[in-house]
Amino acid sequence: MCGIAGIIHKNAGKDVNIGEQMTAMLQALKHRGPDSTGYAMYGEDNGNNVVRFKVAEAADLEGSFDIHAAIEDRVAAVNSRMDDLGAKIVKKESATEYSHRYEIQFSGDMKKLADFVEDIEGVEILSIGNSLELIKDLGDAAVVSEQYGLNQFNGTHGIGHTRMATESDVDIRSAHPYWAYPFSDVAVVHNGQLTNYWTNRRALELKGHRFSSNCDSELIAVYIAERMSQGKDLESAMKDSVEYLDGVFTYLVATKDQLGMAKDVMAAKPMVVYEGDDMIALASEEVAIRTLFDHRIETFDPYHGEVKVWQN
Amino acid sequence: MAELKKDSSYEMGLHQEQLKGRTQQKFFSIDESANLTYFHSFEVDTNKSATIDALDMTPREINREIRALMESGIGNITVDNPMSRHGVGVGILNRLNLTFSDSLGYFGCGLIDGPNVHIKGRVGWSCAENMMAGTVVIDGNAGSTFGAAIRGGDLVCKGSVGARTGIDQKGGTIIVGGKTGAFSGFMMQRGRMIVLGDAGMNLGDSMYDGTIYVGGEVEELGVDCVPGEMTELDVRYLTEKLGNYDMKAPNGVEKMQKYVSGKTLWNYDNLEPAEKKLIL
Repeated sequence: MCGIAGIIHKNAGKDVNIGEQMTAMLQALKHRGPDSTGYAMYGEDNGNNVVRFKVAEAADLEGSFDIHAAIEDRVAAVNSRMDDLGAKIVKKESATEYSHRYEIQFSGDMKKLADFVEDIEGVEILSIGNSLELIKDLGDAAVVSEQYGLNQFNGTHGIGHTRMATESDVDIRSAHPYWAYPFSDVAVVHNGQLTNYWTNRRALELKGHRFSSNCDSELIAVYIAERMSQGKDLESAMKDSVEYLDGVFTYLVATKDQLGMAKDVMAAKPMVVYEGDDMIALASEEVAIRTLFDHRIETFDPYHGEVKVWQN
Repeated sequence: MAELKKDSSYEMGLHQEQLKGRTQQKFFSIDESANLTYFHSFEVDTNKSATIDALDMTPREINREIRALMESGIGNITVDNPMSRHGVGVGILNRLNLTFSDSLGYFGCGLIDGPNVHIKGRVGWSCAENMMAGTVVIDGNAGSTFGAAIRGGDLVCKGSVGARTGIDQKGGTIIVGGKTGAFSGFMMQRGRMIVLGDAGMNLGDSMYDGTIYVGGEVEELGVDCVPGEMTELDVRYLTEKLGNYDMKAPNGVEKMQKYVSGKTLWNYDNLEPAEKKLIL
């Protein structure tokens, strides 16, 4: 089933606690998917690139005697490879043993850096961006938020996902959001099933795009990246995707300053939108949006094939 | 009884089976009160009123509280702060004036038979699914599969609704003040749908009975759905029905377009009324 949610503040600066707001919405959607929870949130751009990566799955910690040594080796390899390509690491943080956040200063080819780092066994880059922070892990929103300290996250907008695994495993690799590699600051969450996933995946892989999971939702992120690499703006890329993707879906995309939603031509998956003067909130169910308000609000369902993009 | 024609199927013995209501014979007991009464249907007094504050209640607690109030004879119930929760106001099988002061989530007021419900907000997917009788009036918008499989009563949304409105509709009336989404009236079997605004693609797809009236533009008709001829009776019906809910067609009911099924389901009209009731 899965639940998705998004929020964008238009005139509030970057001091809104969107971490708390996203957690409230995603926790209200827990019944749609308790397997994993993910956030893509957009905060202050301090000029550095933020790299979020993992060096193992949470389950790996219980399944191998030498995993802790392997994790140390992988982190050391990441540091070494970043250094080799001239990326200066200015800040390191780790919410868990396997999940890391680096702030780096780097002016080179970001795709080359991502490929070089991901070439290390067990390492996956979750996101790279100037303001994007992509966090995902197993458990509900309360668990993940507590684990990563997200209830203090200030920013302008964000998207999130609660996953009920149907097409692939229960692991961080298959959790949403997906970063639109190699574009910095672009992330996607999706509710639905794509029936032309393998055909389109093979075509995109032949063009040099990388897939880190077997989750059909990743196709949306890669496709949006492909269209944007050809010069399309976000809204045009999303409109193209409605024709390109086969199946039932509603998805959200966020960039550094935009939030977009698209719905399939059958309107088979839910989405409820609140559109206020200062804030737009979207979710699979209104019950999530209502966690942000203590009064009655006007909401609506977008229609089949509809694409909407909001600017902060 | 008319003589049965002895055709090949008769000769094959297909008409000789003795149907004895085996399922009922097997499970029916004269000692079980549920077989003699409408279970969980209560006598209520509409001079008695009560209010529930649902702010910190689960859907199950809200429904239990409504039932307890009905059981004690309360005929007017107001639910404050439903907070868009799912599946509330369901399974009410008696007359009742029920008001929700705010929005409901999925499957609100499903499986009801008799109450008059007023929702002062929006409803999520599948509002009033399988409604048998009564009225449900929503002040705001509604999600998809609005009035799925309803068999009777009036289901009214003053705003716009999502996709697949009235899917599998088997009776009753659905009224939409604004737009309706794709596949509205899909597999419609009976009843009426009145849409004052526009209708999305595949309107009335695979419908085989019933009538759809649209006041705005239709994006595309579905398979089997064709324009019908508006009659004086249609105009009178629409005027009176909309008037019951203080609603008006933007361009007048005379300008509304009528849509019906262009194809009769095989053998559909040959069924006896009792057999039709079994199917529908």
